[in-house]
Amino acid sequence: MKNVSITPTKQPIIPSIKKETIKRLLKKGERIDGRSLDSYRSINILLNPIPKAEGSALVKIGNTMVMTGVKLEIGTPYSDRPNEGILQVHAEFVPLASPTFEPGPPDEDAIEVARVIDRSLREPRAIKLEDLVLIPGKKVWLIFNDLYLLDYDGNVVDAGMLSTILALNMAKIPYVNITSEENITIDRSTRIKPLPLNLNVVTVTIGIFEEDLIVDPCLEEELVLDSKITFAIDEYNRIVGLQRTGMKGIKTALFEKAMELALSKGRELHELLRKVLNNPENYIKRNLVIEF
Amino acid sequence: MEKPVLIREDGLRRDGRRPDELRPIHIEVGVLKNADGSAIVEYGKTKVIAATYGPREIYPKHLVLPDRALIRCRYHMAPFSTSEHKSPAPSRREIELSKVIREALESVVFTELFPRTTIDIFIEVLQADGGTRTAGLTAASLALADAGIPMRDLVAGVAVGKIDGVLVLDIDEIEDEYGEADMPIGYAASIDEIVLLQLNGVLTPDEMKEAIKLAKKGAEQIYKLMKEALHRKYLRVLES
Repeated sequence: MKNVSITPTKQPIIPSIKKETIKRLLKKGERIDGRSLDSYRSINILLNPIPKAEGSALVKIGNTMVMTGVKLEIGTPYSDRPNEGILQVHAEFVPLASPTFEPGPPDEDAIEVARVIDRSLREPRAIKLEDLVLIPGKKVWLIFNDLYLLDYDGNVVDAGMLSTILALNMAKIPYVNITSEENITIDRSTRIKPLPLNLNVVTVTIGIFEEDLIVDPCLEEELVLDSKITFAIDEYNRIVGLQRTGMKGIKTALFEKAMELALSKGRELHELLRKVLNNPENYIKRNLVIEF
Repeated sequence: MEKPVLIREDGLRRDGRRPDELRPIHIEVGVLKNADGSAIVEYGKTKVIAATYGPREIYPKHLVLPDRALIRCRYHMAPFSTSEHKSPAPSRREIELSKVIREALESVVFTELFPRTTIDIFIEVLQADGGTRTAGLTAASLALADAGIPMRDLVAGVAVGKIDGVLVLDIDEIEDEYGEADMPIGYAASIDEIVLLQLNGVLTPDEMKEAIKLAKKGAEQIYKLMKEALHRKYLRVLES
């Protein structure tokens, strides 16, 4: 049964007594790590930790750690979009991130995360792809946005989206020397201008347990939740992407409550983004400092 | 190609539908001999067939779940289903859609009644004209019902789109391609639960609420047609 979507079997094991504790706490409006239901874990950010990449960012939400690197290459545009650059988002859940991850091509969870982030950037035209044309119809910039999950403690999408949008904001386009269509060279030692963006996008993942909503579930919480909804929200408070996951349905009234909660948390994340991007130098370190 | 006019001056859509009107829907249940359950679903020119096998033994054995049935799901598009030939190898899109459809169905199937078994669901898109995942979900849910698998409810799939600034029901391929948003929903009408929800596009929070309302309205109509199709099948069995 290759290429079939299977109920995830290989999940981290959590003692049922712990599950019961998490559920009991949620019913009281409390969480296993002491957070309120509507707060994120602490968010830590390192900008451009990988200077060889055109842009990069390391984001930790609690213990979940995601590194995103943006690489730019020159290639041919899609035939139906001859005057636009190309964006490719990929996610790797590498085996060092969790005892349950195995080497191999991305599984459905990694593919889903990458595609949710990809759509959330593409649909509101977050990147000015039309400004990434070198020779119209022939040569354009290809943006490879690769996110690397390094430590897995739940809510990969929000950490992945945050590191993606930061890496894209940090990305600089290198100098290119065009003598003819065949003869284009990239000089990566000289970076001339930032990657052109229209707007920023964040995602907010809401966990649903019975009638309760929680923001930013950690892994142990994810294992007891009924389902999750990820809202992608742009800086104009519009919803630019949605993905429901999990094995239980959600009532309409609860969905609307989740949306209101997500919109308010989205504003907080955009505020954080502004704070970081206004003073990026505060978040750039010489070494890969994992303990912030 | 230039963007076509999606909402005409008279307020109707390219194919003459009102914004809140579904395409003609055709449903048939119990269409395959080998499968334990099967269904054909057509939303306009979109044609999908689904089949289920099981509960049956799992191979390889190590996948066995001690407390419930495993659900496996494959959403797949036929190479001839699209305008341009589609490679039969599963794409990233098909892998993702298999997952969201599987999770939608896991939300309604009583898997705990069949521990240590598997229920396999196969969805083949035969012709794609927009709404293939929602038609596929409708077909898969009917195939499970046809196989007699206990479920909390049937699931009807339908997409709401935003085209030329207007929210519309059940978008087709052109409306999807040139529209501003595509929001597929899986809705279990009797228990009022949303079991599949995605959004490709941009909506304001108010539009989102409207879109959900519209989707539920469409899903309820499809739900009725699904029940009728199941009744027709049992009448056929009784008569023969």
